[in-house]
Amino acid sequence: MKAALLLFAHDLRLQMRQGADLIAPVAFFVLATLLVPLGVGPESNLLARLAPGMIWVTALLATLLALDRLFQRDFEDGSLDLIALAPLPLELTVLAKVAAHWATTGLPVLIAAPALGLMLGLDPRCYGVLEISLALGTPVLSLIGAFGAAVTLGARRGGALLAILVLPLYVPVLIFATSAVGATREALPAGPHLLLLASCLAAALALAPFAAAAALRNALE
Amino acid sequence: MTDARFSLHRYANPAVFQRLASRILPWTSVAALLLLGFGLYFALFDSPPDYQQGDSVRIMYIHVPAAIMSEAVYGLMAAAAAAGFIWKHALADLFVKAAAPLGAAFTLICLVAGSLWGKPMWGAWWVWDARLTSELILFFLYLGYIALVDAFDDPQRGMKAGAILVLVGVVDLPIIKFSVDWWNTLHQPSSLMSLSGPKIDRSMLLPLFLMVGGFMAFFVTLAILRLENELLSRRLRAWRTAEGAEIR
Repeated sequence: MKAALLLFAHDLRLQMRQGADLIAPVAFFVLATLLVPLGVGPESNLLARLAPGMIWVTALLATLLALDRLFQRDFEDGSLDLIALAPLPLELTVLAKVAAHWATTGLPVLIAAPALGLMLGLDPRCYGVLEISLALGTPVLSLIGAFGAAVTLGARRGGALLAILVLPLYVPVLIFATSAVGATREALPAGPHLLLLASCLAAALALAPFAAAAALRNALE
Repeated sequence: MTDARFSLHRYANPAVFQRLASRILPWTSVAALLLLGFGLYFALFDSPPDYQQGDSVRIMYIHVPAAIMSEAVYGLMAAAAAAGFIWKHALADLFVKAAAPLGAAFTLICLVAGSLWGKPMWGAWWVWDARLTSELILFFLYLGYIALVDAFDDPQRGMKAGAILVLVGVVDLPIIKFSVDWWNTLHQPSSLMSLSGPKIDRSMLLPLFLMVGGFMAFFVTLAILRLENELLSRRLRAWRTAEGAEIR
């Protein structure tokens, strides 16, 4: 357990030292969302209706940005071999890496989302549900993404391939999260959608580390 | 069951498989030809038009078998991928690789036929209905698998990575199957599989079953051919690398 925490702290420190890596996903998230009013026009009713979906779609794409580096750097310089040889189970290694990835992409997105909601004129009732849906959903994105990063490790043109593999698996998260926010907008209970989202998180938390670890073993063989 | 003749691993031997395949192949290809021939005749000429949909109901005889196959092939691929993992069955991974383009083709046929059927019936080529969306995701899972296997220099490693992906993608299968029951959307619930038996008239059920059987026999035939092809190209690759080593 201590080893996993150390690995998490190590990854986090590496990300912090390279400031650009830390800022890139959030900057992408904000900029891509701000392109929407420029594209569809500044009509406030329309933007308020599009806001939850746009915030979620760009959050989803922002988590993709840092994914291909999740294992790649350690794979290339050989430290992944050493980490795999260590007594720490590979599944926990994956979890530590996922936690570091979430802390540097999901968490900043979570913090930036209300500001974007304000700029797009999101319904005031929706902020709480939007934040809860992001808090439940973005870890799932990191977990599924870690699986994608592991399975494409050592493949040619890994980055584009990663997006193709991972985006279809992201769909349920997007559907449940945006329908939770949409239900709140129409004064319907958001609870069932959030529970489904939470069950996605539970399933991904239980299964994704094993799938990713199996893929890593295949890559390191 | 310890007798080697009953063991699954006996069929992992390519020579045994090829002998078995050459014995099965004539039967399945003839069956596919007959079933598809008769099925198409009944479907297009000798079955009544629907009382509401008219002649466009005939699209069903392509759409439904393709939909069934698109899921069944993925299920088979997942089972084979699991077998490859658990028993290190030598032919299992090759089967997954051989079946993937077939499954992708069935899924595409299902989507296109459904879209052509949707236009006259629903008035739209495409609606964002739960079943349509999950079937589209299935199509992308097939494409992702094909792209992933192709992206590795070492084919063995590519197939292993692909097998993991196929197993992860299994979550989509129950979502497709039950999407029409879980979400109340435009696509109708199953008329074929319900507790009270099929809700389709006998005159339409016969051509539908013939077509489903024909699609299955057609898949088995093509899968065997593609698997033999994979085996041959693997042997060719082994010869080439051996030759290259000698020259050096």
